[in-house]
Amino acid sequence: MKSAVIVFPGSNREGDVVRALKSAGSQAEKVWHAETELPQGTDLVVLPGGFSYGDYLRCGAIAGRATVMDAVRAHAARGGLVLGICNGFQILCESGLLPGILMRNANLKFICHRQFLRVERNDTAFTRAYAKGQAIDVCVAHGEGNYTADDETLKRLEGEGLVAFRYSDAQAHITTDANRNGSMNSIAGIYSDKLNVLGMMPHPENLIEDLVGGTDGRGLFESLVSSFSRAA
Amino acid sequence: MIRNDVAITPELVKEHGLKPDEYERFVNLIGREPTITELGIVSAMWNEHCSYKSSRIHLRGLPTKAPWVIQGPGENAGVIDIGDGLACIFKMESHNHPSFIEPYQGAATGVGGILRDVFTMGARPIAALNFLRFGEPDHPKTPHLVSGVVAGIGGYGNSFGVPTVGGSVGFDKRYNGNILVNAMAVGLARTDEIWYAKATGIGNPIVYLGSKTGRDGIHGATMASAEFDDASEEKRPTVQVGDPFAEKLLLEACLELMQSGAVIAIQDMGAAGLTSSAVEMGAKGNLGIELDLDRVPCREEGMTAYEMMLSESQERMLMVLKPGMEQEAQAIFHKWGLDFAVIGKTTDTLRFVIKHEGEVKADLPIKELGDEAPLYDRPWVESPRQPVIAPDSVQAPVSEAEALLRLVGSPDQCSKRWVWEQYDHLILGNTVQTPGGDAAIVRVEDGPKGLALTTDVTPRYCEADPFEGGKQAVAEAWRNITAVGGLPLAITDNLNFASPERPESMGQFVGCLKGIGEACRVLDFPVVSGNVSLYNETNGQGILPTPAIGGVGLLDDVTVNASVAFKREGDAIILIGATQGWLGQSIYLRDICGREEGAPPPVDLVQERRNGEFVRQLIRSGQVDTVHDLSDGGIGLALAEMAIAGGVGASVTTAPEGLPLHAFLFGEDQARYLIAVDEDLAADILYEAGAVGIPAVTLGVTGGDALILPGRQAISLKQLKAAHEAWLPNYMAGKA
Repeated sequence: MKSAVIVFPGSNREGDVVRALKSAGSQAEKVWHAETELPQGTDLVVLPGGFSYGDYLRCGAIAGRATVMDAVRAHAARGGLVLGICNGFQILCESGLLPGILMRNANLKFICHRQFLRVERNDTAFTRAYAKGQAIDVCVAHGEGNYTADDETLKRLEGEGLVAFRYSDAQAHITTDANRNGSMNSIAGIYSDKLNVLGMMPHPENLIEDLVGGTDGRGLFESLVSSFSRAA
Repeated sequence: MIRNDVAITPELVKEHGLKPDEYERFVNLIGREPTITELGIVSAMWNEHCSYKSSRIHLRGLPTKAPWVIQGPGENAGVIDIGDGLACIFKMESHNHPSFIEPYQGAATGVGGILRDVFTMGARPIAALNFLRFGEPDHPKTPHLVSGVVAGIGGYGNSFGVPTVGGSVGFDKRYNGNILVNAMAVGLARTDEIWYAKATGIGNPIVYLGSKTGRDGIHGATMASAEFDDASEEKRPTVQVGDPFAEKLLLEACLELMQSGAVIAIQDMGAAGLTSSAVEMGAKGNLGIELDLDRVPCREEGMTAYEMMLSESQERMLMVLKPGMEQEAQAIFHKWGLDFAVIGKTTDTLRFVIKHEGEVKADLPIKELGDEAPLYDRPWVESPRQPVIAPDSVQAPVSEAEALLRLVGSPDQCSKRWVWEQYDHLILGNTVQTPGGDAAIVRVEDGPKGLALTTDVTPRYCEADPFEGGKQAVAEAWRNITAVGGLPLAITDNLNFASPERPESMGQFVGCLKGIGEACRVLDFPVVSGNVSLYNETNGQGILPTPAIGGVGLLDDVTVNASVAFKREGDAIILIGATQGWLGQSIYLRDICGREEGAPPPVDLVQERRNGEFVRQLIRSGQVDTVHDLSDGGIGLALAEMAIAGGVGASVTTAPEGLPLHAFLFGEDQARYLIAVDEDLAADILYEAGAVGIPAVTLGVTGGDALILPGRQAISLKQLKAAHEAWLPNYMAGKA
């Protein structure tokens, strides 16, 4: 599998996600935001975490309009896989690839902590290695992760099974305490209509080794690699 | 002849922070009245912050060398060899004054400045730490300052993309008018790719890089070299504004440019901006520097030479480039969207010449600006000796359990989760030990090595006995690194003191430095970088002497380490080190008995070293994975923290005869550790310790859901944890 990790000025977790992709068996290449095309044969596009353009405007607003995003939108339109993590999720929302928006955290502070997520479905290219309803232990690190959408969008996401992950406790229970950034319906990640675009606030790429906290994040990258080798 | 259009009056000299005799020294040096630009330049170079004029002669006594030291003090940061062709580059620096005036930006730019010091030398920052002291919790300004400083540190580091992995937070009324914000950065470089400030070659282009110059921060370094009074908040315009996004771009652009081979010398523009960076590059290289300010990228129109030379706008660098490489360098900077301008050249005149709008605005001897800065051997008096407080003379608590519960939830000892959760401590995926333990551990690249990092000092010890306090600060950093399995290699020191013009506080400075030097020598733990922050006082009231020590240690195999958390039931808890029940200056005496008295615990450095080496060998041989150093709050607090961290209780039934229980539990004797180990191994360890004369005794066993103290006093883990976690969030929510 070939992955293209888009680097915007201010991206800062691109190295982390490259490491996770490679350790799961994917090739991974960094692609500068000013490019107009993706590398030949790109299977997966990753928009990594960080503070693109400083996030001085709405988070992801400028990156969502960067040159390379036309190529990313075209890739998604062809059914290509796109993963946006943290700032990447914000960029996906700003670029129109995913609905809704990420607001300031409920406590108005940046929060970095370990966080359980409930895997809502395991029949997508991103989650095959997990069990449906499994609680995975990853981490969050964001100031604006409070997922917000209008009622209609929310109803559609829920109705069509497009919620990928929800903030939960260790037993996969959805609780208010577990939803620290205040997201609607405890949403931590969502899919596009065709399930080929995933945006999520938490960082699976930082939980890929026992030495640094655990391996629950690996499943996401292994799912991608395995689903791709299956498709190919 | 240089034109002088502003008369230099005594008032103007005073406003620039120069004493009359210092000004006279300058006039004699240049043989004429200075221009206003020149006065600005000399005020920037000769203030305390930049010239170390009160501290220099005492700093000379610190040990700075070891076989693994590549670069000691005097460069942007210290450099040590960690093997495999890699160097660790690190430094700690204060941003106390600006953070008090404008907490968010003050703290943010403190982080930015120290990150820049590290990547200026070619290192990619891999970890940040900090050391924070605030006024008493009841002081009306304290919550606002805590909130702003923490948000500022997080705001900068999180965006820049460096994990903030450790630090220290404390409160004391002596910081009411002067908080401490010390930031430390740690970076990695290849040993053959380290960059220095020394310019070489005549006629080489001097290049300005990074953000544009504005009017922010003018006279920041002068402000940082003065004591505060009631009007200090009027100095807000002298605080700079940080832009972590620009800094991230500057990092990437600088590292890329260094790889291109175009760089001869590089210096970041920190305190005193363009002035200090240019003078440093020239003076170190025995060269003159000529700058044409018309070419400096400016944010605002109509800036004068004076303003440009003194601006402390952030995220700027100065480089000397190899001639002919300008195009290539410019392309790299433009790719990252940063300003790039050739603004001058090196000369053979040894003069610092500033031109603006076709006129010479300054023409000064470059070496003398640094070398001839005033040097003071300020009068000092030794701090009065404090009496040793006998354990028997200290009141027992109503119950030890209740006292421990209070300590665990006290402002200084409670969990600082509320703080470090606002810092991204996980980015880069190498954080092996997160905040909350003895020392943080970060893996070096893909391993197998790791770095152990900590910041420490016990200011109340330093005040009661500067020499012992100085020793203890170093010993505690050494002990914290040892407790996670690291071999302590070197320190950076951030010396925060009150006015050097008062003999009492100068005496504290001198005493602490002697203690630091002594400990560094005995523990083979040299000082490789540092920063001095004096004049931390308001209306004559000084801070506690606070020489913060940032320590770096090495783990050869990062997977073999220890942490404070109890990990299993049934482990034997062993105390390493001798216990006399030292309660003078203890947390128990202060927070339970309300007495801030007595001599602090003496530090026997030989014992410190032997006990530490014994513990480190136990960790490295894989026998022990649970260790906590003993410091504030002694055995009692350490047991509580180990139980809380692991979610495993403990039962301690043995207390020595002839020592009051509260002295045993809360005494702060130095050179001690608690370890928890499989009971089958315990006998061996006790035997080994006995064989080499290291005091070791089994105190109890882990297990259960409570901490049980001698005399069947039990505290449930739930209670302990609740007390530990509650104070800070409640306080910040206005509920404590």
